[in-house]
Amino acid sequence: MRLIVPLRGVIQGRGGLFVGSLIPCCLFYFLQLYLKRRRPPPPSDPTELTRTSSRSNLFSRGNSIGRVRISSRAVPVAKPTDSAYYIGLERVKTDPYDRITNTDGIIQLGLAESTLCFDLLQKWMSENLMESIMQSNDGEFDISSIVMYKPFEGLLELRVAFADFMSRIMGGNVSFDPSNMVITAGGTPAIEVLAFCLADHGNAFLIPSPYYPGFDRDIKFRTGVELIPVHCRSSDNFTVTVSALEQTYNQARKRGSKVSGILFSNPSNPVGNILSRETLRDILIFAQDKNIHVISDEIFAGSVYGDKEFVSMAEIVGSGEFDKSRVHIIYGLSKDLSIPGFRAGVIYSFHEDVVNAATKLMRFSSVAVPVQRILISLLSDTRFIEEYMTAHRQRIRDKHILFVEGLKQLGIPCAESGGGLYCWVDMSSLLTSYSEKGELELFEKLLSVAKINATPGTACYCIEPGWFRCCFTALADEDIPVIMERIRKLAESSRS
Amino acid sequence: MTRTETNRSRSSNSNSENSRDGGGGTTGMRIIVPLQGVVQGRGGLFLGSVIPCAFFYFFQFYLKRNRKNESDNSGEQNSSASTPNSVSNSGFPDPTRSQSAGHLTELTGLPRSLSRILLSPRHSGGAVSVSGRVNSVIKGGDSPYYVGQKRVEEDPYDELGNPDGVIQLGLAQNNKLSLDDWVLENPKEAISDGLSICGIASYEPSDGLMELKMVVAGFMTEATKNSVSFDPSQLVLTSGASSAIEILSFCLADSGNAFLVPTPCSPGYDRDVKWRTGVDIIHVPCRSADNFNISMVVLDRAFYQAKKRGVRIRGIIISNPSNPMGSLLSRENLYALLDFARERNIHIISNEIFAGSVHHEEDGEFVSMAEIVDTEENIDRERVHIVYDLSKDLSFPGLRSAAIYSFNESVLSASRKLTTLSPVSSPTQHLLISAISKPKFVQRFVNSNRQRLQSTYTLLVKGLKDLGIECTRSNGGFYCWADMRGLMSSYSEKGEIELWNKLLNIGKINVIPGSCCHCIEPGWFRFCFSNLSESDVPVVMNRIRKVCETCKSQN
Repeated sequence: MRLIVPLRGVIQGRGGLFVGSLIPCCLFYFLQLYLKRRRPPPPSDPTELTRTSSRSNLFSRGNSIGRVRISSRAVPVAKPTDSAYYIGLERVKTDPYDRITNTDGIIQLGLAESTLCFDLLQKWMSENLMESIMQSNDGEFDISSIVMYKPFEGLLELRVAFADFMSRIMGGNVSFDPSNMVITAGGTPAIEVLAFCLADHGNAFLIPSPYYPGFDRDIKFRTGVELIPVHCRSSDNFTVTVSALEQTYNQARKRGSKVSGILFSNPSNPVGNILSRETLRDILIFAQDKNIHVISDEIFAGSVYGDKEFVSMAEIVGSGEFDKSRVHIIYGLSKDLSIPGFRAGVIYSFHEDVVNAATKLMRFSSVAVPVQRILISLLSDTRFIEEYMTAHRQRIRDKHILFVEGLKQLGIPCAESGGGLYCWVDMSSLLTSYSEKGELELFEKLLSVAKINATPGTACYCIEPGWFRCCFTALADEDIPVIMERIRKLAESSRS
Repeated sequence: MTRTETNRSRSSNSNSENSRDGGGGTTGMRIIVPLQGVVQGRGGLFLGSVIPCAFFYFFQFYLKRNRKNESDNSGEQNSSASTPNSVSNSGFPDPTRSQSAGHLTELTGLPRSLSRILLSPRHSGGAVSVSGRVNSVIKGGDSPYYVGQKRVEEDPYDELGNPDGVIQLGLAQNNKLSLDDWVLENPKEAISDGLSICGIASYEPSDGLMELKMVVAGFMTEATKNSVSFDPSQLVLTSGASSAIEILSFCLADSGNAFLVPTPCSPGYDRDVKWRTGVDIIHVPCRSADNFNISMVVLDRAFYQAKKRGVRIRGIIISNPSNPMGSLLSRENLYALLDFARERNIHIISNEIFAGSVHHEEDGEFVSMAEIVDTEENIDRERVHIVYDLSKDLSFPGLRSAAIYSFNESVLSASRKLTTLSPVSSPTQHLLISAISKPKFVQRFVNSNRQRLQSTYTLLVKGLKDLGIECTRSNGGFYCWADMRGLMSSYSEKGEIELWNKLLNIGKINVIPGSCCHCIEPGWFRFCFSNLSESDVPVVMNRIRKVCETCKSQN
């Protein structure tokens, strides 16, 4: 009772001030007295000796009983993942489907890679691969041209080739300046480097959700930057609106987190819709208003198959009415040229400091020189690129029609999409309960009963349950009926 | 009780001062007294309790005043209320003061939010700012190390094309030594073997194909002369040793923690360890008097000094063969380091990027940390991590491939995931497999590499000696560590940079000054000789002689 009184006095503010100070004082006094008693007798040798011994007593690690620990920030990285996206990918590895040898295996619809144009690539590589590596200025092969240190941000030739290629696939309306470019070892390091450069530890990016589940790793693992989802709904076909941005921004500020930028994919991943010119302008105006950065991930820019035109952020900002320095674009060849193994990406930024810093950071994720050589000749071969891009778009369109048609016959609709290597499928009719739990149950059923790995919406932070991302570009035509059959069976079993 | 009285009045004085002019220098002094009393335990027990009590009292007082209007009791009369005796009176609300107090809090509320806006540049509508942490990266390129590299890039020496250019003695790449072998032995078929489209275009595990890990493990075994066998499942491949060290720093230490690094050390640690991970480096100076050997006493002292400052040490980074001296760590040294790490329960990162480039083994063989860990049964291995670089020993830095070899399962699984952020591309992986999968070729390659390093080293050291410049004994790596103290105009870091400038501008050779390697003694320089062919050595000597002469004439 006595002990409670002073606290009450403090909290309620009526009286008790004296008691409220006297009692803690007494407690403190006794604590000191106690501490003094417990302290070992002063040694003849002054402070040095006891200090170390008492410190090692306090410090349990000093006695080498415990195991050495890794850093606390590495612990979540080392832990097995709990994102359905990665769980699915791991599961496929254990039992992959094969048309002939393993017909009961799991079909991969979770990884956005394309095998549609491998025949064309194969042909080009077999004809040109050796020359591209071996070529040198004087015609004679010089090994030091490929094995020695070269600028980490990419050879100038490669940056020029990249700039040409990007403006070509983006419809030729916009030109890119090679000096604003930094070549990275894929889109993943590009995102991470940008996050590091634009935001401090604990700051946040706004990101329209559903978003690509890999961002969680790429951004959060090492940079400590938070991602705040801006929820988009099926009623808007998952297009971000300024009012939603505004609302999320204000909420984030209220919670005390500092928003440093907006990150979005265009064409969006996982939905596959293309942002219109107006939306892009709205986002830019919003960013300008709040004075934050804009990161536009345009890695699927060349995989547009719909009627809607793709507009790069570079084009909008090139009109001159906006402040360029806040705009940063990410691009890569993994998706559009179907060479993810080459790990070639690029940061295109109008901010000088970002370009400088990224150039220096490329020491940690640069593209190997032989690979750069191959890419230079690949990207400069304009005839091949034209042929390839036409085929690439045509084949995605065909596959998309086939896949969506198959789902439609099962009564499963897809969101409207115009780009990307995937479609965004509404499987809410198959859910046992309209909730995140129901969705994960369906994911598990798809994986273990139907043996299909599709990425559930929760992994993409979609606010509505029942949506799945299905990548169809690594499928052969004859695989599609197999998938449809498997889904049909699942649907029947769940309805019965 | 008289003592009590004086103390009380003293404390009340200090507090009244505090409340009047917002705390001056004297209160700082007063605060230390009770803490000392507590820590040292001699006397001051009373003082040490009264003053915290008084503070607690005022804290409560302050809280109470700021809480509600009604409960406010006294405005400016802090001095009278500071003695505990007057507390009982002050417990009552004072309605006359309440209005002004309420007014005050309102006022303080407004300017606060205003000032916050003023502080934050985001609202000013100016240019958008980059993150604070990136500034160190942007500014990070002005040390002589980078300035020298830039000069070489602008004006590189070429025996025929540009005989007046700057000779590169700063960058550890193995230029002219063994590459011809690689081409001769591994004609184009070898490269094309590796690169067939089926394998190279699609996603491969970013931490390295198992096939590649096997050949790398085999190669490492070969490079360490079969004294230890490496387990491929403990390998994680990364794009370059820089990222290997960065990933390890991230996994072993939190931001604000530190690693101990004996100096002189590789100039690259400053960026690899610090830039993105936020980990600090605490240099442990080694001296020429000890032949730059690591002294356990100094290590211990550095550890405790850091702890005293409240910095948490998470590990120690050593390089073996050492960079820049090129000396080898003896078996005893390695055991001592392991013991040290075990006693302090910290990690140990052994940087063995030059393991395959050991060129002189008369006075001691190269011992890998892996061997020590392997032979000793009761060593807890989890604290040992080895960084290995394929690009140094095989002379292809352009391929950007290195490896982490760790005994710690969590570190391995974390770094595997982190390699997506610095991956080795599939074409590179296949090239590497085809390059180093033939054990006979690798063996011959490594041997001839060693021989060439040896002969260039001997030539260079002899040349320097003729000029009166002594080098420390180097057994491995691409460097020699030259003592040019005699040429400096003043024995200081400034003198060293002056000499470096002369070497770069008059002598036109780019060497790394000791200050870049955080050497505590001025006047030492790192010469990287792997870039030189034997015919280049006399040219370098002539240029140094020229510099020597200008130095002597000035003196």
